[in-house]
Amino acid sequence: MKKALFLALTATIGLAACGEHSQVPSYKQGNYQGKSDTRPWEGAKFAGDKQAWDNALRARNQGQSEYNRVK
Amino acid sequence: MARMKFLCDTERCIECNGCVTACKNENEVPWGVNRRRVVTINDGVPGERSVSVACMHCSDAPCMAVCPTDCFYKTEEGLVLHNKDACIGCGYCFFACPFGAPQFPNGPAAFGMRGKMDKCTFCAGGPEENGSKAEFEKYGRNRLAEGKLPLCAEMCSTKALLAGDAAVISDIFRERVMHRGKAGEAWGWTTAYGKPEQARERAREQNREGQK
Repeated sequence: MKKALFLALTATIGLAACGEHSQVPSYKQGNYQGKSDTRPWEGAKFAGDKQAWDNALRARNQGQSEYNRVK
Repeated sequence: MARMKFLCDTERCIECNGCVTACKNENEVPWGVNRRRVVTINDGVPGERSVSVACMHCSDAPCMAVCPTDCFYKTEEGLVLHNKDACIGCGYCFFACPFGAPQFPNGPAAFGMRGKMDKCTFCAGGPEENGSKAEFEKYGRNRLAEGKLPLCAEMCSTKALLAGDAAVISDIFRERVMHRGKAGEAWGWTTAYGKPEQARERAREQNREGQK
């Protein structure tokens, strides 16, 4: 009886480590925790006028094409 | 909404490093950090190509995914910027980035000794008041808030490096490729700017058609 109990206990303890548990940590997408940034058109130059900022940037964008510049 | 990107035309890049110098000077980038670099493939071999590389402001940025302090954020224009106040200099972003964009002023040093990460901001500063002294000292010039594009692209002498709204610069590049035609095995001036004899032939054909 004692021997059987001893064997059962040993097997329980010994095989307890053989369980299969997922070892891959679950990934959680982080969220930005820092201070918020002001948008580019909210500076001193454009004072919140997004349309003016868009136009300025569009002109700069098109200025990169020499085919536009020489037309 | 604009989605800001860089595009480097390798047929045109002449490896002058003007973009690197412009970036360094405009943003007063610290020693040991190059926000932009020119990489040359097959240097010295006929057919070599150079490409100007900096932060590509990825749509699905790996640096953002790995940052343990979540100091990265994405602006409405699609720029990947970061908050230096929250950066702990762990270097995960450096290992995650395929372009080597995030760099540290103290170089390869022990954890905690590298300093705050520094990278290209698309000349859009960071989470400080636009155009403020604090913003300039931490992140460099905020040219975007001045209605300008990054200086590296605006300074590029051959206009190899284009910056701006992805759709617009793609159109510029497409138009350029249409003008210069297929490069074939050619390499150099004619590939980058088109072949003058082709233009002459085209003009002759147009004249002939006009006379008919």
